Amino acid sequence: MVYRGPYKVRVEEKDVPRIEHPNDAIVRVTMAAICGSDLHLYHGLMPDTRVGHTFGHEFIGVVEQVGPSVQNLQVGDRVMVPFNIYCGSCFFCARGLWSNCHNVNPNATAVGGIYGYSHTTGGYDGGQAEYVRVPFADVGPSVIPGWMADEDALMCTDALSTGYFGAQLGEIAEGDVVVVLGAGPVGLYAARSAWLMGAGRVIVVDHLDYRLEKAREFAYAETINFGQVDDIVVRLKRETEHLGADVVIDAVGAEADGNLTQHLTGATLKLQGGSPIALNWAIDAVRKGGTVSVMGAYGPIFSAVKFGDAVNKGLTLRMNQAPVKRQWPRLFEHIRAGYLTPSDIITHRIPLEHIAEGYHMFSAKLDNCIKTVVVPGDA
Amino acid sequence: MPYTPEKPPLPETAEQLRARIPGWGVDLDPAVRPSYPRERRDLETGAHWHEPEQQPGAEGRERSIEHARVTPVFGTAQPLHGASGAIRRFAYARYSEGRAAHWLLLIAADRVDAVENHLASFVSGRPDNPVTETGVLSEGRRHGLTARRDPHRVDLPHHAVDPIVVAGPWVLAAGVAVVAVRALVRRRR
Repeated sequence: MVYRGPYKVRVEEKDVPRIEHPNDAIVRVTMAAICGSDLHLYHGLMPDTRVGHTFGHEFIGVVEQVGPSVQNLQVGDRVMVPFNIYCGSCFFCARGLWSNCHNVNPNATAVGGIYGYSHTTGGYDGGQAEYVRVPFADVGPSVIPGWMADEDALMCTDALSTGYFGAQLGEIAEGDVVVVLGAGPVGLYAARSAWLMGAGRVIVVDHLDYRLEKAREFAYAETINFGQVDDIVVRLKRETEHLGADVVIDAVGAEADGNLTQHLTGATLKLQGGSPIALNWAIDAVRKGGTVSVMGAYGPIFSAVKFGDAVNKGLTLRMNQAPVKRQWPRLFEHIRAGYLTPSDIITHRIPLEHIAEGYHMFSAKLDNCIKTVVVPGDA
Repeated sequence: MPYTPEKPPLPETAEQLRARIPGWGVDLDPAVRPSYPRERRDLETGAHWHEPEQQPGAEGRERSIEHARVTPVFGTAQPLHGASGAIRRFAYARYSEGRAAHWLLLIAADRVDAVENHLASFVSGRPDNPVTETGVLSEGRRHGLTARRDPHRVDLPHHAVDPIVVAGPWVLAAGVAVVAVRALVRRRR
């Protein structure tokens, strides 16, 4: 697929990518997914999103070709590829900050490399395609364990790892009340993961009834539809006997709804780095001394965040892009034990040829869409 | 209540939660959480180099001026070109990531890029098709009306605004073009 400008994508024939660095691999994509953060690109919110760019940072596939220095992968390996592109050896990678690599993105120092996520994250084409260039093939990709289903592996490349990481950043202690804002894939996974860390209550907030139903069924969560309440912050305070939640996880990000002015200035007119509605609700709804974990993606421009209240409440604000591969060994144990069932949230499977309709469906929240898997060459 | 020292009681005990929710509490100990502590020096990454080899083609590659150099590896997906490329190159060369001008110029260049490519498509073998490229036909196939009947959805007002944002500049540009052409024709008469 290629981007043709805001709200427009189409399928085009492009050259098969080539090895450009000795540690590159070329992967033939067998399955990809559309992420909520892809919608920020699709809507033209992310600076330096060039026409012709191929999106897609969630994908699995088969190694087609390897560069001369690749030691850990072989042609024919079935691999899962984390959305982070990272070298494994820079100052940040050496300290486990694999999503903050300094050696892969000349366009910005604040963000590492991400597949198919504009030139602001390095200018790499993504995996909603038949083939993709995978830099640092000895570092990022892993061979998919034989027991793991393809769709579960696909969910591990971003959404599940990000949700699980988000729950960790909440520093959840036994009995904590955890509020998750957003019942998309990351929010659902974060809510389910919060229980693994010993949460005492998990409350998921959204405005789409079908997603809240999924939160109750998949994530065993209590739910609140903020479209049904006058003031979601007051409702959350009442739910917690006016204390506030111990932990709030923002799993919404730049295109939050709930305040038309914020949405129009942030998401529509691009005058902010996104619409910080969920982040501000998080700051308001968490208790004093509590923790806000930000998993929602925001653009690099300033946003109107209520920072004064965060200071006055003594909050811990934790955030980062998930270092995906750090999560995998423990996530694999949880999947194998049946504690996490990643593919349960997949609602749609479409051929790559239908990608424009897939994006519109996801963007407009049609057909009870939560997670869409894209299969190249499967007409 | 926060007005007294006690934490409000939970509706379920740990035993009840453990019985109801698969895996409840298995990651209770922070030491088993994979991102704890945040920074660690003992993780195996697979890298077998101290510093990665430089990817060829770095000369002339745009970069943030907060970087000392073009990074060892970089994307080559859509090189700079045309007017949008000139704006982007200026944004990268002149302003750091800390300056709003950097990002606002890049967003402006994105719009110029879209116009350049839309116009170029009209003289190519495959002009842009707003019907197929917006995926709007999925409204019929994917129950668009039903989805919008959900009484609690709060995103419907901006759904009405989105088409104006997308199509508005094109309608405006077409209007300006018509006025300009008519003025030109009148002047020649």
